[in-house]
Amino acid sequence: MGEELKVIVFGIGKEEYGIEVDKVRTIERMMPITRVPKTPPFIKGVINLRGVVVPVLNLSGRFNLPESEVTEHTRIIVVAVNEMEVGFIVDTANDVIDINSDTIDTPPEIVGGIQAKYLDGIAKIGEDRLLIMLNLSEVLNKAEIVQLEQLEV
Amino acid sequence: MDMNAYLSMFIDESNDHLQALNDNLMRLESAPDDISIVQDIFRSAHTLKGMSATMGFEDLASLTHEMENVLDLVRNDKLKMDSFIFDTLFQGLDALESMVEDVIQGGTGKADVSAIVANLVSIVKGEHKNGGAAASSASAGESSSVSDAGGGMLDQYQSSVLKQSIESGHQVFYIKVTLTESCVLKAARSYMVFDVLENTGEIVKSEPPVEDLEQEKFDRSFTVFTISSIKPEELVAKINSISEIESVEVLPLDEESLATLSSSSSSGAGKQAAAETAAASATAEASNPAAEAKKAAPAKTNGAPVANRTIRVDIDRLDSLMNLFSEMLIDRVRLEQLASEIKRQDLIETVEHMARVSSDLQNIVLKLRMVPVDTVFNRFPRMVRDLAKSLDKKIDLIITGAETELDRTVIDEIGDPLVHLLRNSVDHGIETVSERIAAGKPETGTVSLRAFHSGNHVFIEVEEDGRGINSAKVLEKAISKGIVKQEDAGKLTTDEINMLIFAPGFSTAEVISDISGRGVGLDVVRTKITSLGGNVTVTSVEGKGTKFSVQLPLTLSIISAMLIKLGDEKFAIPLSSIVETAIIQHSSILHVHGNSMIKFRDAVIPLISLSKLFDSPNYSEDLEDEHEVIVIQKGDKWAAIVIDEFIGQSEIVLKSLGKYLTNISGISGATILGDGQVALIIDPNALIK
Repeated sequence: MGEELKVIVFGIGKEEYGIEVDKVRTIERMMPITRVPKTPPFIKGVINLRGVVVPVLNLSGRFNLPESEVTEHTRIIVVAVNEMEVGFIVDTANDVIDINSDTIDTPPEIVGGIQAKYLDGIAKIGEDRLLIMLNLSEVLNKAEIVQLEQLEV
Repeated sequence: MDMNAYLSMFIDESNDHLQALNDNLMRLESAPDDISIVQDIFRSAHTLKGMSATMGFEDLASLTHEMENVLDLVRNDKLKMDSFIFDTLFQGLDALESMVEDVIQGGTGKADVSAIVANLVSIVKGEHKNGGAAASSASAGESSSVSDAGGGMLDQYQSSVLKQSIESGHQVFYIKVTLTESCVLKAARSYMVFDVLENTGEIVKSEPPVEDLEQEKFDRSFTVFTISSIKPEELVAKINSISEIESVEVLPLDEESLATLSSSSSSGAGKQAAAETAAASATAEASNPAAEAKKAAPAKTNGAPVANRTIRVDIDRLDSLMNLFSEMLIDRVRLEQLASEIKRQDLIETVEHMARVSSDLQNIVLKLRMVPVDTVFNRFPRMVRDLAKSLDKKIDLIITGAETELDRTVIDEIGDPLVHLLRNSVDHGIETVSERIAAGKPETGTVSLRAFHSGNHVFIEVEEDGRGINSAKVLEKAISKGIVKQEDAGKLTTDEINMLIFAPGFSTAEVISDISGRGVGLDVVRTKITSLGGNVTVTSVEGKGTKFSVQLPLTLSIISAMLIKLGDEKFAIPLSSIVETAIIQHSSILHVHGNSMIKFRDAVIPLISLSKLFDSPNYSEDLEDEHEVIVIQKGDKWAAIVIDEFIGQSEIVLKSLGKYLTNISGISGATILGDGQVALIIDPNALIK
């Protein structure tokens, strides 16, 4: 019997993703973002989160997926991983659910265009819902950003 | 008992004591006959020993104990200081420092100190003339524990000391202190009592002995025989002012009662059967009580008021105070904007008043974070001494302005660059003794380290009277390394040539020494100092000496900046690097090798397009006839940057971009504007190549 996990569910495009609730600092509505020049395109800039400057990135852009339009459902999920605070722009964020860690399977090589190393696994909820669990430290891996930058140059 | 709560206190205090030991040993080295310095050293060592034993750091305690033994002999004139003793003591001190460092890092403070201990013991035992007498006194602990195993309240020696004190007109007291039942730090409290007593006089004997008190091997009460210079009532008041003391009894003793105490010792033996391990310190201090009592008294009057006027505050709390204040500053700017829009007189007046109060508050909050540069300087005398010794040079380090204050963030960063500069001065600047004599200079070289305020900056200067910079040699080297082109060489002034020593990859020393001269030092120094928003210059007269001057901003957390616009994006440029703002005609732009340049004050300087550099989405100056430009400087280089619009000057609070975004070229950080938006701070140093 695995342990129960509380997970925040958010949507990008048609997929549903999950982040463990204790890694999430806050979920904000869309707010003005200050562009930071000379950064990769998926880094949208920085926001003022109650006096703290927090970088914001677009998760779709991070996974090289097409970025969707900002709507009234668009949210910024601020997570704290490895002493870094980073905001993710996602299409929707409106659910917290309990899942059992036993229901998380290892992901196939590529899920919806995202490489497996960014994922912790895929959780099955009910009969027809799949939840993609993100591996945050890999998503925020800076070494890879440096490589990306070098590719662009 | 859980000691963690006291650990930070222990660390703070032991650092203070180690520093005091270091300073005083240095002083003693220059004045080896001054016994009062030895007393100071002894006190610090003794306190450190007590604290370490209480906290359970046995190695620390035992090493300090051995050092104490040596010092004890010295202050009782049984041992003369010589360089071997100094070196051993300094080694011991280094070992203590590394142990305390280990404790800070969360370690156990254990270290192998047997070699140093062996040296110390050999000093105590053999290396002086009155070997027998001194050794026996130093090991008083052991010897008396044997001979006095069945002894009483006072041994013969102690009672004769007390008797002599009474005869010579001093007051002798028998003090019984009882701690409250709930007292958790018994050793610390008893130490505080001892501290009070040692400040006002001399402790001749304590029961149980000091060692046992330090290790909390006692119930709730202990007794002390003391020679004191103050009245019994005052003594009671002083001891009662220590917390967790339940009661104090002070009985003045005369010769008669003294005699009873000594003779009745055998009857009390059963009760006092615990081994009579009178601390080496207590017995030894008694040997010249009169002299010491006099010295202790003035020392106390100097120390007490200062100690009461400061408190220790956790750095984190200061940082959060600073953060909260920055929040308020942002709101203040916001309020000022709103008030000017609403245009209601009483609102404007209130906001103005708030602005005044908050700028006073800003000064105070910034001052709270100010630390005297002494916290960096205090390790230098020792460093210079060791360097001079290893290089076989004679050097005096003269420090002035150590009380000058700088923001803690600057202080944390300035240490390494200064170490580099000092090492450079000692290694390359000051000549060897024979060279100095040949040059007709005094054989001892002087290195001056000065700190002083000037305007919104603090200057730190390192000046020596050494050989000076050979600018011809520097130029030759710079040309050979390709730092300067042959054809430019003629145009450089002497000062400009001397500044070349800061260029990357430059080193004039033929021999690469362990101390400096790897050709990275001065380059790193300049990079570090400019990254702090400061500047470093050098002036030198060949044969006379060299002066390095470091200019630093007072604080790094709030700066004045010029806010500018590029389309709808706002940026801040630190005022400290702005030379001038101007408006130029498009037609006045010159093109040299495809680069845009403008004429400015008889010079041609590069024109940088910020909108192109930052890929501005909705602004380009290409279509304008007139350009707003800001002339910025880095050292003696100038450049003009083209912007869209000036917004105005403002105090801004520096914020970092977070750990995820680091090393973005041209951007040094961010700030939050009055409207809650984030504006990026431009790093002018990165714009000028």
